[in-house]
Amino acid sequence: VVPLCLRSMGCRHKNDEHSWDVLSFRRLFFSAAMTVVIGFEGSANKIGIGIIRDGVVLSNPRRTYITPPGQGFMPSDTARHHRAVILTVLKEALEQAGLKPADIDCVAYTKGPGMGAPLVTVALVARTVAQLWGKPLLGVNHCIGHIEMGRLITNANNPTVLYVSGGNTQVIAYSERRYRIFGETIDIAVGNCLDRFARVIKISNDPSPGYNIEQMAKKGSQYVELPYAVKGMDVSFSGILSYIEEAAHKMLSSGQCTAEDLCFSLQETVFSMLVEITERAMAHCGSHEVLIVGGVGCNLRLQEMMGVMCKERGAKLFATDERFCIDNGAMIAQAGWEMFRAGHVTDLEDSWITQRYRTDEVEVTWRD
Amino acid sequence: MTQEKSLAAPHFLSNAVLIKQGAEARVYRTEFLGKPMIVKERFPKRYRHPALDEKLTHRRTVQEVRSILRCRKAGICAPVVYFVDYISHCIFLEEIMSSLTVRDHIASIQQSGSCKEQELEYIADRVGQILATMHDEDVIHGDLTTSNMLLRCGLEDGDMEDMVIIDFGLSYISALPEDKGVDLYVLEKAFLSTHPNTEALFERLLKTYAASSKKSSAVIKKLDEVPQLTLSRN
Repeated sequence: VVPLCLRSMGCRHKNDEHSWDVLSFRRLFFSAAMTVVIGFEGSANKIGIGIIRDGVVLSNPRRTYITPPGQGFMPSDTARHHRAVILTVLKEALEQAGLKPADIDCVAYTKGPGMGAPLVTVALVARTVAQLWGKPLLGVNHCIGHIEMGRLITNANNPTVLYVSGGNTQVIAYSERRYRIFGETIDIAVGNCLDRFARVIKISNDPSPGYNIEQMAKKGSQYVELPYAVKGMDVSFSGILSYIEEAAHKMLSSGQCTAEDLCFSLQETVFSMLVEITERAMAHCGSHEVLIVGGVGCNLRLQEMMGVMCKERGAKLFATDERFCIDNGAMIAQAGWEMFRAGHVTDLEDSWITQRYRTDEVEVTWRD
Repeated sequence: MTQEKSLAAPHFLSNAVLIKQGAEARVYRTEFLGKPMIVKERFPKRYRHPALDEKLTHRRTVQEVRSILRCRKAGICAPVVYFVDYISHCIFLEEIMSSLTVRDHIASIQQSGSCKEQELEYIADRVGQILATMHDEDVIHGDLTTSNMLLRCGLEDGDMEDMVIIDFGLSYISALPEDKGVDLYVLEKAFLSTHPNTEALFERLLKTYAASSKKSSAVIKKLDEVPQLTLSRN
């Protein structure tokens, strides 16, 4: 990887000029030509590369770094995993799409938010191929990627978005050229709460802790009362996690409840909180559409509860399955496609990453 | 659906007019002893577990009434509570006549032109003062937004009766600076996301709050800490 990096630094000037040529050419022929964007995503323990051509997902391969039960994923190990597989995934992406590098118009990558080391790894590869292929680069906000992918797949027009994953919990609505955050967690993300609970009672991380909690919860029946922390349109999960970390082993060893009951109760509690703040944001904005995105968003119980809420207020629910809910490359390609078409491009010297990058920092120039 | 609704709603709501379905409750307009009245009915939320639903609904009904009472005793305008039915989870409240929300008021001022800065500042000051009083009484509103503040029309001078705080559905009593800080944080987020480009105005609101409240320094410190607690704020 290091030699590639050096090489990319060496040919900065020449390729910059070249990418501008491509851009102006593209602009001239936009009305006739199709736009193909490749997206690189690796902000957490998934590494994905996807290719999108005008709203069509041509390929979207992905790998997940899975840790043993009881363990989370550390940044350096995750980056090592991504480094080991990224070129294989890239090859798959191109082969499945049946495209050559010359067919690509723009290389989009996740600029943030996420874990530093994995972000750096993926950005470095994106930067390198962009220069090798002589294509413009584009840094994309990860959260925006989720939203735009959800809108593309579901055709939701102007939904209130619940974005729930291992790193983020936000209720978002679009207004005046920003995806504005109406509600969010004031401490840890809901997925982080679920993942860490899974570690406490040693639930497998394969394929993901959340999936396994969901399956176990189906067998739970007894509702164990847990703290419930909604603050307006915001939520808090750290108190629930502390409580269940403290109480889980006692309740399990005394036979007061089963691990399945705990999974069930935790899901019922935290999902109720999420549905409640989503409904509050909808009432606040007068919205009649909900879109669920992010890794936790493929949980069917969450979708079911959100569906009941929507039905009660005559609203419509949009959700996607694990292919597009969970981090993937196509979502970065899709957000990149929108941005590229709106005239955005990231210069090489600006192609850094950031661990903190709020959804509302991005000016949404591609929507009315 | 309509049949279910009429079963859930008590008989006296059959002639009431549904005016809003919020996240928490259905709000009806009706009359009570000849007075215009608002009924807030916390209907069962079918998406959540019945045990959780019953617990939340009951607790919030009790807290709402308790907080309204406490605010009114402290001289803060809030609707009069006429009656509470803990079985059907209905609260019967005074209707605030000829009022508009602070949200709409700010939006109309912003739309009407640039020279209305003073009016906006006046609103920010009033909100700051009222919240200071409320927090000094240890009432945490829990859902502070500009939609939950009403302005009575006709009273243009700045006496204490101009602004009415409503919707205490998520409120509770707490003396902790952290709870008050989060209360302000909730408002900050709602305020800035609802009213774009009002950062300076909200700063003013906080300044007035700090000047009006006896215990504000610890609260403002907690408010500044909230973003640091938030790992996922990115």
